[in-house]
Amino acid sequence: MRFTKDHEWVELAGDIATVGITAYAAEQLGDVVFVEVPDIGKTLTQGDGMAVVESVKAASDVYAPVSGEVVEANAALGDAPETVNAVPEAGGWFAKIKVSDPSQVDALMDRAAYEDYLGTL
Amino acid sequence: MSSMNSVGRPTAPVQTNDYVHPTLTGARGLLQDEALIFERDGWDKTGVDLPQATRPADDLDGLLRTAPIGLPGLSEPEAMRHYVRLSQKNHAIDLALYPLGSCTMKHNPRLNEKAARMAGFADLHPLQPQSTVQGALELIDRLAHWLKTLTGMPAVAMTPKAGAHGELCGLLAIKAAHEANGQGHRKTVLCPTSAHGTNPATAAFVGYSVVEIAQTADGRVDLADLEAKLNDQVAAIMVTNPNTCGLFERDVIEIARLTHAVGAYFYCDGANFNAIVGRVRPGDLGVDAMHINLHKTFSTPHGGGGPGAGPVVLSAALAPFAPAPWVVHDGTHYRLVEDQTGATAQAFGRMSAFHGQMGMFVRAYAYMRSHGADGLRQVAEDAVLNANYIKARLSDVMSPAFPDGPCMHEALFDDSWLEGTGVTTLDFAKAMIDEGFHPMTMYFPLVVHGAMLIEPTETESRQELDRFITALRALAGAAKAGEVDRFKGAPFHAPLRRLDETLAARKPRLRWRPETIPPLAAE
Repeated sequence: MRFTKDHEWVELAGDIATVGITAYAAEQLGDVVFVEVPDIGKTLTQGDGMAVVESVKAASDVYAPVSGEVVEANAALGDAPETVNAVPEAGGWFAKIKVSDPSQVDALMDRAAYEDYLGTL
Repeated sequence: MSSMNSVGRPTAPVQTNDYVHPTLTGARGLLQDEALIFERDGWDKTGVDLPQATRPADDLDGLLRTAPIGLPGLSEPEAMRHYVRLSQKNHAIDLALYPLGSCTMKHNPRLNEKAARMAGFADLHPLQPQSTVQGALELIDRLAHWLKTLTGMPAVAMTPKAGAHGELCGLLAIKAAHEANGQGHRKTVLCPTSAHGTNPATAAFVGYSVVEIAQTADGRVDLADLEAKLNDQVAAIMVTNPNTCGLFERDVIEIARLTHAVGAYFYCDGANFNAIVGRVRPGDLGVDAMHINLHKTFSTPHGGGGPGAGPVVLSAALAPFAPAPWVVHDGTHYRLVEDQTGATAQAFGRMSAFHGQMGMFVRAYAYMRSHGADGLRQVAEDAVLNANYIKARLSDVMSPAFPDGPCMHEALFDDSWLEGTGVTTLDFAKAMIDEGFHPMTMYFPLVVHGAMLIEPTETESRQELDRFITALRALAGAAKAGEVDRFKGAPFHAPLRRLDETLAARKPRLRWRPETIPPLAAE
């Protein structure tokens, strides 16, 4: 699993990247009450706004950690946004992206580097 | 904790063995229980006695109503009591200090209300002949003159009806100007990370994509990041000054210069103009468009108390694109310019059907004239002084987000001082309700962790500020002394206890339905 400074995570399997927000992000947001996942087929460039997550405290954009095409979105979050708080780095995933450049994933932080980064915040 | 209030009266019953029991009606002494208005319904109670209407010829085709309309039937005293009882369950600026930053609730002077209720203003119809509303048009013209003078800007669009509506007006003028100048390809608007949420929302609504500008460690726009993101695709930047951290953007002139150098316009969010009115003219800073929240800076009622009004001042570059209508004086009479011909051909259209929020114009103008230019300057000075007084007197028990230097009109704290206490910003805010204050803004701006944003405004006296500060210092002491229950269970003394905000957001119940539809009123 790889991580961005904006607190998204990416898990690459073949050329399909599963994307979500980190446990740290979910904890900071507080109780998530609404998630807007991307449309299937949408083409994303790394850094584009990809999804919206809304908690009792704030609404935030979730940025595409990699470029590619959305091939699946986690529709279950519509009825159960609390999944993002319960299992942010597993069942609380947002979308699966068919990546156009797998090297973008390698360039992201690994868990140790992400945890070091969290220590600086 | 002391059991005496600020004037030495005991805050708890003198006899500690008083029998406390639940009441039989749900009322608590003077505080009445109250049902929904529909639950108090009863057609036979309606006290209006009108002659029987003759049924018009059915020329409405299928539109004639056949089912009950569903409006509640109440007698006049019941209707009055309903709303008075509801008002007693809520906080109000006429009740106590309302330190909600970024969306000021400040005193609405009674003089303004008296002026707005004068029949010559209150009873006008927007379609009256202009010859019969010369006084109202003159007032709009004079208010426009004051707004242009105070901001140092040559033009003003009076019709936008709220801050965000003003942002829309400003960006539509910017878009029209770019299109007229062959720059319609510009697609980006820059907003700082601390921006009001309405700024990026407005830009997106107008069709621009939004790029965030980073913030420096001392809470201002990061000039290097701004410069890196400015290019010939940028249509505008939107910057709030003073910003949402309560800080003056000290590089604002350089921000304007860099923006203009790439051919973009500078939109200033004027929500916090009350901190600088009479002291700083945005036109001198290089601003091209700025909305002014009359319902903030110029004290007109806000929220449940009245509609907003968000006139937008415009630079010479944007003035030709200002929306219709506007008031002109032709030497003998005032008239509204409504058409888009000749000199007004470039107006981008309209922001509202008529001329704007007349009642708010009257209140704002009354506020200006009762204060005078020197009084308005003192508004800004007192707003800033009050916020700095709070910041100075709370900084040893709470943690200011930007401790260095003074703040402007609002004092911003983070939640690092609560670390390890088990109390969150939300808990602290709820405990403030028990002490009789409206909570401060929580968790905004987003760039500050657990933000607590306190805006006292110029309304409050030293005595009232001290009362507020004493309460907050005592609460902070309680949090640090481990009195977690005082916070986790709060509010204990409000008409309703803590609500499940998460459940309310996840599973909102937005409609109340009667169990049986009431029958049509007897004919």
